[in-house]
Order: sequence, then structure tokens, then C-alpha cells
Amino acid sequence: MDLALTTYLIVGATFVLYIGIAIWAKAGTTGEFYVAGKGVNPIANGMATAADWMSAASFISMAGLIAFLGYDASVYLMGWTGGYVLLALLLAPYLRKFGKFTVPEFIGDRFYSKTARVIAVIALIVASITYVIGQMKGIGVAFSRFLETSYEVGLFIGMAIVFFYAVIGGMKGITYTQIAQYCVMIFAYTIPAVFISLAITGNPLPQLGLGGTVSDGTYLLNKLDNILVDLGFSQYTAMKGSMLNMFFLTMSLMIGTAGLPHVIVRFFTVPRVRDARLSAGWTLIFIAILYTTAPAVGAMSFYNLINTVQPGPIGSEDGNLLYEDVPGWFSRWQETGLLAWEDKNDDGRIQYYNSDNAAFAPTAAEYGWEGNELTVDRDIMVMANPEIAQLPNWVIALTVAGGLAAALSTAAGLLMAISSSISHDLIKGVINPKISEKSELLAARIAMGSAVLVAGYLGLNPPGFAAQVVALAFGLAASSLFPVLMLGIFSRRMNSAGAIAGMLSGLTFTLIYVFTYKGWFFIPGTNTLPDTPEYWVMGIGPQAIGAIGALINVVVATLVSRATAPPPKDIQELVESIRVPRAS
Amino acid sequence: MASEKEQAAMAYWKENVRLLITLLIIWFIVSYGLGIILAPALNSIVIAGYPLGFWFAQQGAIYAFIVLIFVYVFKMNALDRKYDVHEE
Repeated sequence: MDLALTTYLIVGATFVLYIGIAIWAKAGTTGEFYVAGKGVNPIANGMATAADWMSAASFISMAGLIAFLGYDASVYLMGWTGGYVLLALLLAPYLRKFGKFTVPEFIGDRFYSKTARVIAVIALIVASITYVIGQMKGIGVAFSRFLETSYEVGLFIGMAIVFFYAVIGGMKGITYTQIAQYCVMIFAYTIPAVFISLAITGNPLPQLGLGGTVSDGTYLLNKLDNILVDLGFSQYTAMKGSMLNMFFLTMSLMIGTAGLPHVIVRFFTVPRVRDARLSAGWTLIFIAILYTTAPAVGAMSFYNLINTVQPGPIGSEDGNLLYEDVPGWFSRWQETGLLAWEDKNDDGRIQYYNSDNAAFAPTAAEYGWEGNELTVDRDIMVMANPEIAQLPNWVIALTVAGGLAAALSTAAGLLMAISSSISHDLIKGVINPKISEKSELLAARIAMGSAVLVAGYLGLNPPGFAAQVVALAFGLAASSLFPVLMLGIFSRRMNSAGAIAGMLSGLTFTLIYVFTYKGWFFIPGTNTLPDTPEYWVMGIGPQAIGAIGALINVVVATLVSRATAPPPKDIQELVESIRVPRAS
Repeated sequence: MASEKEQAAMAYWKENVRLLITLLIIWFIVSYGLGIILAPALNSIVIAGYPLGFWFAQQGAIYAFIVLIFVYVFKMNALDRKYDVHEE
């Protein structure tokens, strides 16, 4: 069967599945709409959280990022998993015991302040909207690349699917579709990985294959280190960037992960406190299946790519592949523009090397190379994998369905966080506290529908700064939400003045640092300093600043709360009660 | 004088915090310690084809995180029963 038809069938089948689940999981009460009636099994919630968390970027782009950055990409692997330890130990069980519907609701109640609640809503909406734009773009791109529709049509189909199950089922519908989406994406990711690992190292487990040997008996990583050095790059397994920046970037990603409301709120859906703890463990297992496979996919597909274009010894006359001999996948990906070749020295052969390395230039000149001729988009490392491993068409189609599942599940989770903060925190919490259950449910559905439309609009007209803002989402969550949530649980003395001052100072500091390098309000060209490591304060980049923002938040909050009156007695009792699992 | 119940709650919280600190120290060592700060030095040791620092940063730290959460789950369940604050 031809590839396009197979892809339509498999992607279509997954969509029918999602819609079927939506019809089955209709939400009848606000409790079901916001937190799936608190009846989700902890293992099922682990799967849903993993799908909620792993975005289009994790699925499509991460392995390619690892391939080109090597060891330095470890910041993403550790940062986006280590945050779950913080979430499990410091937030999830206590917030579950609190037992309400949203993250800003906890902040509002714990700090007995509508102002604090509104600040939390603003931080939540900014972080989540920026994140959702990336998912919408992912859906449009996946459709236009693989299903031969236009970007717009793809986006509309994606919006329609999310609209359907999110508006009808709320958190309940989203939870059960996310479980299905997790299964689709993990199969789509691991099947090609197992085959490429078998082909290159003879070991079916990619996690072990990465440490395995290639056909000539040398270790894959050792081989990759040597080839890259011979081509003028740095060693794959060696640290290239600044250690201090790596340290703070990892810390910012971890704290940001633990502070992202759409992830935290998933732990409100399990029945008991002990389930919230256990569920965090399962979440990390489900995430780790993909996150420990990704480094293998990155290294192996990268090795395979280099080997394809450089089959003979480096520097020898016929060591490079003749363009007329390229494999089928090479020309197919050239058509998409994700792979490009330009014959700079007119020898009809493909040269891939580091032409930015001045020290390597004399060697390259000696070889008769006149510049790097191959440009590779990092997304190719996952999407072309099944073709490179010569797997059947249905596996390629499954990869497309997996990418869409990753984007849809994350988009739905983010939209849920946005819409519940509007209907529950702003409408019920601030504007009209007397609203009836039925009207609130209607408001929640309208908020969800509007959020889908806004996200779709932004996906169609992505602001030029969308890419930069995703990094900001983590900085915002790290510097504003995580510290006050933690202090609200672990410090009985923390009061509303402290929390508000802490959130505002952490947020302001982080925004100013990011704007300095990325442009004020992300308007291109308005940055005060160039965004390069030489200009970063102590070499700490704007992506890595969230951890410092979090520290400032904690210090300011603590100092201000000590200088002002302690919280009222009933709030201190609230803190006591969330610290123990059993209701008293 | 705090009541017996309040004292028990305080002791429970103290044990909880002590467990958290222990686990977070390990969390810090496997990721920031072995995966970043000591990684360049550890890379000279190769085990099963992996330079050790690289392995911690791209595989080992993630496995350790999982173990840490499950240790936390089991220890907390035991602690809940010890202080009779469990949910059954």
C-alpha cells in the first residue's frame, strides 16, 4: 500500500479513537470537568501526565538536538526528568491533600488574597499560551509535511479534534485521550529505535545499544567521538559549553517543570494523597522510556547519517559519497527542504564537516573541501528514522501519528489549565462567586472553546518571537509559581505580603534579564545586549536565568513575610492539615 | 504545652522533612554532581562502552530519579502508618 494512503489510514484511525473516547468520557459536573472527578487510577494518571508533558518538541526535535549537541544536550534530558523528583517530593502530595481544582486556587486560599490568585492566573496564562503556540505549529507542520494538506487545513483538523474532546469531556475526556495518545506515541518512538539499534549495534535495547559496538568492533560512542574530531567538530561525549550555564539551565528546567500548572493539576485527579506520590513515580517511568531512548536515537541516526555521506576514509579522494548514489530517503527528505546539499567544490560528492572551525580549515583545504555541503534539520533524526532503517510504510505512518499525538495531548493539557483558570479562578473566584454549578460548567466549556480558538488563531499567525517564548515559559514557572507553592507548604509563617512580593520580584527579574538579550517584549532588534555567551552575566544565558529568579523569589518572600504580620490562625491550620494525608 | 496529637504531627513532619533532604541530596549528586560537575573527570572511565560522566548525564541520572521517587513512596507509606495518618 502506498505511503500516503497508509498514513491517512493510521492517523485517521487514531483520530477516530480520540473522538470515541470523548463521547464515552462526557463530563457532567464541574468536578469531572476540572479534575476528572478525582477518580483516575495512579498508573493511568502517570500515562496521561507523560503524554501531557511530552510535547511535539520532545517527540520530534529532541533526538536531533541531542545528535547535534552531544553531551551538552544532557541539560534537557536531566532538566525535564529531574523536575519530577521536586514535584513528587515537594508539591504533588500536599496540593492533592488541599483538594481543590486549580493551582491559582491554592495560591489564593493559602495566601488569603485575591491579588495573589490573579497574579498566579496571569503567570499561568502567559506560560501556557506561549507553550500552546508551539503545539499548534507542530500539528500544522506534521499535516503539511506528511498528509499533503496545507498548514492551515492541518491546523483546523487538529483544532476540531481538540475542541471536540476538550469541550465535551474537560479533564475527564482529556485524561482518557491522553492515555491513548501516550500508547500511540511510545510505540511510534520505540519501534524504529529498536530496529535502528539492532542494525547498528546488534543490541535490540537502544539504552544498551548506545554503549554497544559497531560493525568494526569499536564502541559506538568512541567511534562517534573520533569521526567528529576528524571532521573538525568537538567530541560527542565531551562538554563544549560553560559548566556554570549548564548547571543553571538544568536547574531552571527542573524547577520550571515542577512549577508548570498543566502538569501539577494532573495530580489533582487521583483519589488519594498516596496515589499522587505513586503517580509521580509512574509518570517518570513512562517519560523515561522515551527520554532514555532519545539519546540512542540521536547518536545512532547521526552516526548513520555521517556514515552514509562518508563511507570511505576521511580525506581520501573517494571517501565521500557520490551524489548519484544517495539512498532513496536522502532524495525524499531533500524534497521537504529538511535536508539540503550544495556542491561547493564541484566534485559531485557530499562533504559534511565543521567549516566554522578555523583550526580545521587547513586540513579541509588539503582535502580539497570548500565548505560544508550538507545542511540537516534536526527534526529529521526522528522522522526519517524508519525509512533509514528500511522499516515498512506502516511504521513511518505510525511515526506521523505519534508526532500528532504528542502535540495534541500537550495542547489539550495546556488549554485545560488556561480555561479552568479563567472559569474557576477569575469568573467563580473573583468576578461572580455566587455562580451556580451549572452556569460554571457552561462557563468552563465556553472558556475551553475560546481558548482553542485563540490557540488556533495564534497557530495560524504565530508571533515572530514564538520560539524564544517557549524558553520563557520555564523561566516564568520557575521564578513565579514553584517558589510560592513550595513556601506555602513548607513555611507556616509565609504570608500574603511575602508571597506577592516574592512572585513579583522573581517574575520581574527574570523578564528583565530575558528581555535584555531577547529584545524588550520580544520586539526584534530592541535587545540591550547581543544574545551570545560573551555578553551573558557570568556566562549564564537567558534560558538559564529562571533558577536565579526562583532564588530571588524565595529570599524576597522570606524577608518580607518576616517583616509583616504572620498569617491568620485558620491559614496556619490549613498548612497543618495539608501536611498530613488523612483528613481530620 | 502542645497536646499529644500536636506533638505527633510535629514528629511526623520532622521525619518527612529529614527524608526529603536525604533524597534531594542524592538527587543533586547524581545529576549536578556526577552528570555535570564531575562529568569531564568521569569521562576517562569507560564502563560497558559508556564514558561514565556521559552515562550519568544521559541515562544514569534519569534511572536514579525514578528510584528516588519510589523510595519516597515506600518510605512515606511506612511513615503514614507509623504515625497513624494513612488513608485506609
